[in-house]
Amino acid sequence: MLRLEKLEIRQGDFALAADWVLPDGAVCAVMGPSGGGKSTLLAAIAGFLAPDAGRVSWDGRELTALRPAQRPISILFQDNNLFPHLSIERNLALGIDPKGRLDADRRTRIAQVLERVGLRGMEARRPAALSGGQQSRAALARVLLMDRPLVLLDEPFAALGPGLRMEMLDLARAVLAGEGRTLLMVSHDPEDAARIASDIVLVDAGRAEPPAPAAPLLADPPPALRAYLGR
Amino acid sequence: MRWPGGIAAGLVLALTLGTLGAVAWRAGFALRLGPADWAAIRFTIWQAALSALVSVVLAIPVARALARQRFPGRAALVTLLGAPFILPVIVAVIGLIGVFGRGGILNDALGLAGLGPVSVYGWHGVVLAHVFFNLPLAVRLILQGWLSIPAERFRLAASLGAPVGRLLEGPMLRAVAPGAFAVIFLICLTSFAVALTLGGGPRATTVELAIYQAVRFDFDLGRAAMLAVVQFALCAAAALGLRAAGAPEALGAGLDRVVEHHAPGGRMLDALSVTLAALFLMAPLAMILARGLPGLADLPGGLWPAAARSVAVALGATALTLAMALALALRGGALARLSMLLPLAASGLVMGTGLFVLLHPLVSPREVALLVTMLVNAVMALPFAARVIAPAVAQAEAGHGRLADSLGLHGLARLRWLILPRIRRPLGFAAGLTAALSMGDLGVIALFAGDGQATLPLLMVRLMSAYRMEQAAGVALVLLAISLALFWIFDRGGRVDAAA
Repeated sequence: MLRLEKLEIRQGDFALAADWVLPDGAVCAVMGPSGGGKSTLLAAIAGFLAPDAGRVSWDGRELTALRPAQRPISILFQDNNLFPHLSIERNLALGIDPKGRLDADRRTRIAQVLERVGLRGMEARRPAALSGGQQSRAALARVLLMDRPLVLLDEPFAALGPGLRMEMLDLARAVLAGEGRTLLMVSHDPEDAARIASDIVLVDAGRAEPPAPAAPLLADPPPALRAYLGR
Repeated sequence: MRWPGGIAAGLVLALTLGTLGAVAWRAGFALRLGPADWAAIRFTIWQAALSALVSVVLAIPVARALARQRFPGRAALVTLLGAPFILPVIVAVIGLIGVFGRGGILNDALGLAGLGPVSVYGWHGVVLAHVFFNLPLAVRLILQGWLSIPAERFRLAASLGAPVGRLLEGPMLRAVAPGAFAVIFLICLTSFAVALTLGGGPRATTVELAIYQAVRFDFDLGRAAMLAVVQFALCAAAALGLRAAGAPEALGAGLDRVVEHHAPGGRMLDALSVTLAALFLMAPLAMILARGLPGLADLPGGLWPAAARSVAVALGATALTLAMALALALRGGALARLSMLLPLAASGLVMGTGLFVLLHPLVSPREVALLVTMLVNAVMALPFAARVIAPAVAQAEAGHGRLADSLGLHGLARLRWLILPRIRRPLGFAAGLTAALSMGDLGVIALFAGDGQATLPLLMVRLMSAYRMEQAAGVALVLLAISLALFWIFDRGGRVDAAA
């Protein structure tokens, strides 16, 4: 269970506050206007940004002082989710072990997880030899190998076309959420949210609102969300 | 990882400020400058200022021509402008003597015209050599300025019918030229090899040359130490001036573009500027070949051992420089930035004198001549290597640092999987640069070396002072070939199979 306690982040004029709990197994979309702080919220949870006040904890364990890799979290960024100079196999191996060692057992695990995301036999390729959608699949495969209970998606599929993006979101939910992981994903598209999210966090006017069930929220949006959605 | 950067910074500080402290202590902190010392100081400043002024003034029409004209061979010429940086000074001197010296092609031509011979030796020879080395640098810096003016501005000026020169080019030159002047002034302040071979005497002795003479001939360590302090102060003042003028980006890429210029004009003037500049640069290079090829038939004894020593020193210096530049780039912060710049204000001979003072009671400096040369070369090349490597490391971190953080890549794992693969090309280029600089270095080795310890540049100087110019020219060609080969191999090594 992810808990944000009186979390405050300030960067110059920008400020963001959050104080809520996200239940285990939730698939939660983070929505709100550009520049509202959606990515900042994820960066603070992932540990790339030290909050000015408050605490981040997981299952009662405080994370605030831990480095990103020490947290029970894996994250996909908008871009640069794979090292372009390494093969897919090596990229995935780094998800198992930062030393990047490969042995027969690990090769087998990598082959299995690549098969799950539809990239069978692509081990030796460099990311540049893959399409955008395939690169996203490879990044998802690494998240699977890292096997962390909380997965943050900071719009990793934003550069894909709408059809492909939906496909990747479905795949992400199927392979990640299906195993009881908690997903927190930035989203710009209410359709995306309606399609896969169980909950929505609205980020606006310096606050990240507590997660609320997605279907009723989208059916009858509060004024801030209504303004953002343009209804 | 921060501690390797700390060690590198410590080494740089010890070799620059530490050696300076050693010489200051040896000098007894007393500055008693005699008339000859003052003459050396005056000449050092004067020749550096004149060399920088001439280089920058002559560079402006050449840079303008390259900025606004397309012509066959333009790319080759731009590449050629980068060559003097890795051309060993002493090799270039052979070429300049071949053009401007007593038996050079210029005097042959003047003789045919019935005019008296000109001499390349003396203050004008020193300035000539400095302009040869720094005109290309000035052209590159100013060309960069021209290419940094956005094309939209030229279009706007053209649509307004406004004078491009006063509106765009004048302000650009006022912004860029002082920085170019300051860089070249600083480079010429530390001139040793040129002053040693073309200068000398009471009217053309630089402070660096005076230090060398004090140690090597008079064994007057007190005077050498005092001059070393003066030299450091001069360089530090010039380095501060450079900061104030705004240090320009010397190694920037992308000079192969042509400004979309809406009032080209002046084609004749541009053609003349480019032709003269190309001639001025290429004639000495051609003379290196012309004089060197016959010399190859009569290479002196001791050539290959000297070549082996040079290569060994260059490879050692390259490894050390890359390690220091990488460690400092990974550490970051004010101390690292200082360490990357400090060697610019230091001089090889000051470091050498300091090490001489420190080592003299312990070991004979001759026993460690090559090791000391390698250390000094490594530190002297550091600013250039760091200038190439540090931005590449920063770029690798900016692009994939968060990914590496999220995967827990630290220390050696981060170096192996993120940094090194991402900086291969700049690393190879920096290695080539360092190896070539070290191969051509003639400084501290001249201070220390005994009979059986000459490197190729020192062997050349010895041959030249024995008036065996043909043999010296042959050695020059060998030195040039090895320098270029090392540069090519390293630079190539960084490119082969470098992934996107």
